[in-house]
Amino acid sequence: MELHDVWFVLIAVLWTGYFFLEGFDFGVGVLTKLLARNRPEKRVLINTIGPVWDGNEVWLLSAGGATFAAFPEWYATLFSGFYLPLLVILVCLIVRGVAFEYRAKRPEEKWQRNWETAIFWCSLLPAFLWGVAFGNIVHGVKIDKNLEYVGGLGDLLHPYALLGGLVTLTLFTFHGAVFTALKTVGDIRERARRLALRVGLVTAVVALAFLLWTQADTGNGRSLVALVVAVAALVAALAANQLGREGWSFALSGVTIVAAVAMLFLSLFPNVMPSTLDPSWSLTVTNASSSPYTLKIMTWCAGIATPIVLLYQGWTYWVFRKRIGTQHIAEAAH
Amino acid sequence: MNLALAPETLARWQFGITTVYHFLFVPLTISLAALTAGLQTAWVRTEKEKYLRATKFWGKLFLINIAMGVVTGIVQEFQFGMNWSDYSRFVGDIFGAPLAFEALIAFFFESTFIGLWIFGWDKLPKKIHLACIWMVSIGTILSAYFILAANSWMQHPVGYRIDKAKGRAELTDFWAVLTQNTALTQAFHTLSAAFLTGGAFMVGIAAYHLARKKHVGAMKTSLRLGLITVVIAGLLTAISGDTLGKVMFKQQPMKMAAAEALWDGQKPAPFSIFAYGNVEKGHNTVAIEIPGLLSFLADDSFSSYVPGINDVNKAEQQKFGPGDYRPNIPVTFWGFRWMIGFGMASFAIGLAGLWLTRKKFLLPQHLRVGEDEVPHLVLFKNKALSPQLTTWFWRIAVWTLAFPLIANSWGWIFTEMGRQPWAVYGVLQTRQAVSPGVSQGEVLTSMAVFTALYAILAVVEVKLLVKYVKAGPPELTEADLNPPTKIGGDLRDADKPMAFSY
Repeated sequence: MELHDVWFVLIAVLWTGYFFLEGFDFGVGVLTKLLARNRPEKRVLINTIGPVWDGNEVWLLSAGGATFAAFPEWYATLFSGFYLPLLVILVCLIVRGVAFEYRAKRPEEKWQRNWETAIFWCSLLPAFLWGVAFGNIVHGVKIDKNLEYVGGLGDLLHPYALLGGLVTLTLFTFHGAVFTALKTVGDIRERARRLALRVGLVTAVVALAFLLWTQADTGNGRSLVALVVAVAALVAALAANQLGREGWSFALSGVTIVAAVAMLFLSLFPNVMPSTLDPSWSLTVTNASSSPYTLKIMTWCAGIATPIVLLYQGWTYWVFRKRIGTQHIAEAAH
Repeated sequence: MNLALAPETLARWQFGITTVYHFLFVPLTISLAALTAGLQTAWVRTEKEKYLRATKFWGKLFLINIAMGVVTGIVQEFQFGMNWSDYSRFVGDIFGAPLAFEALIAFFFESTFIGLWIFGWDKLPKKIHLACIWMVSIGTILSAYFILAANSWMQHPVGYRIDKAKGRAELTDFWAVLTQNTALTQAFHTLSAAFLTGGAFMVGIAAYHLARKKHVGAMKTSLRLGLITVVIAGLLTAISGDTLGKVMFKQQPMKMAAAEALWDGQKPAPFSIFAYGNVEKGHNTVAIEIPGLLSFLADDSFSSYVPGINDVNKAEQQKFGPGDYRPNIPVTFWGFRWMIGFGMASFAIGLAGLWLTRKKFLLPQHLRVGEDEVPHLVLFKNKALSPQLTTWFWRIAVWTLAFPLIANSWGWIFTEMGRQPWAVYGVLQTRQAVSPGVSQGEVLTSMAVFTALYAILAVVEVKLLVKYVKAGPPELTEADLNPPTKIGGDLRDADKPMAFSY
């Protein structure tokens, strides 16, 4: 295994970390409209991710920065090519972050309602668009011989990619619902479990369709294994949810995300962004990667930093392990 | 869409807008994290309530500010790929590494521990909670260092070679990138300026309350902390700025010649306080100059030769081929002066404030005040300033908070525009760096979206800051004074409300 292969795996790990972690906080954002019945319940939901959403989002910045360093061509083609969808994602992440911090800082009804609307849409849209983006990465896009994306916006919105968007949206919402069941107490916990069942069933249908399509299109033996794990984990997560085993259910929905991302990357390898115009124009781990020297330095950095990050982020979840309910939300002083 | 603009013009405007805007929040984040941590340390050590109230007050303003810093920083991570894909392809092997280091080491630190600090008041023992804000502070400083090392490589590329076959620059010595004198000096200069910014922010807001005789205890402490920060940081900013100037005279003579509007080399070279010139003809029509000072700034000697814009332009034409290697001279010239002028104005006000509000030193007994009284402003030995002058002093002290923000912005505009036409000095020109596949319409769209969004958020943010500034430090609660002793907080009282919730 050469260093650029190691980095292919590491990029996959960073995206997996991002979708695992921000996956549930996008889901929780969507649930503020789907599950919460009133403002105190909305606040319970927002506060389950309050201390952690910012740290979760850094997985995205790390994936972006590491792609820049390890696969400059991939970084350049991907973000200049998916320009407008990425713009929407960035705007959403900006507004969403500010919304969390500022929503409770004024008592006016209109102020709070506007930020709540922002939290919902700015969680839903990126959750959908990341799926569209990955659908396109795996499927391949119009890349010319200079490794430039030459398609338009319309070329990115084909059925396979849109289905990918539905998968991430539903999967993250399911992941958010089981997370809510794990982190809350009282009525909202029960309803989160019931909603998780319904969302989970929809997820199972779209995810199965998307993963089978992927397998048929670009799959191989290893991706098939990941597919089976993803589907089995999702079914098991639903079963655990029904049995009231919330910790298991969350862990298993996490495994679903890990396996699904693994499947996408396994069916992608050794390409990082295939060209639909001519296979020889595809970006691959070899033609898109940095020099061995840069990759070596990056390997040291990621090899040391990532486990430490996991340790202190894990510790954060332990500090905030207590379940919360409406009784824990104080009327904010203004 | 054809707008009859050079392909890089809109992308440059967008980068300028998003980056200058982002950098309004960055220096405040860096300095307020450390200053808040300092105040909280004082609380943990002395258990004096005024320190805790000050911590809570500045901590809240810090959080309102860092929220904007964090979200506008996300754009920074991706816009190289979006608008500058050829740049990314050409330099990613080098430039990407410090960016990735920044994310993996500094951003994770900052973002994880800020969550622990915000929500941790009733979950963490006092000292661990204090450690969290220090971790945030370390994160902000590391982050600044990595990104400045990346920028310094654009100013003065080192530790690389050009791979002609692959058509890109490749890293050969990462240590050189991290420790070259450009990076060290630039980090020193930027970090001192950040503390000047935070100090002035504290001075301005504390002055606002003290002029109204409100929240005197906590605000007097804050004023003093702010003034001392301004004076020390101001001094360091000047020293590091001088060093950076000397480094730049060697590494980018064009930038410094443009900063002086020095058209033709002179020995000794004067420093111009004011100049108005003709860029086409390449000379100044009006100039007010101090003889020899520029030579001193460039080389520590009042008599050495400093090359002019026309000389450097010719030299670069010989080295890199035909072309115009001059940056925008008026912007560079005035940017340099506004940076120094506004920065040093806040330093001067800080120095004056520290003297006027002194506690005991050369101050007669009858002009000294107690813990909860607004200090008299005493210029000479035995007499306080008149009420009118006092009002004016507090007013100017309030304005001071804007000065370093203006200075910082012009500092970046100066150093980045002064490097033009290069994106990476001597290696890659800006016009070669843009994304060939992105249309002007797309760039215009994203620029319009970001500008509008940033404008709206600026209004929201400033209004919120004003509200919390006016409200003053909060009253302390029972819970504030009795922090938990165990990690995770008191788990027995199952229904106790959270100390802080969104």
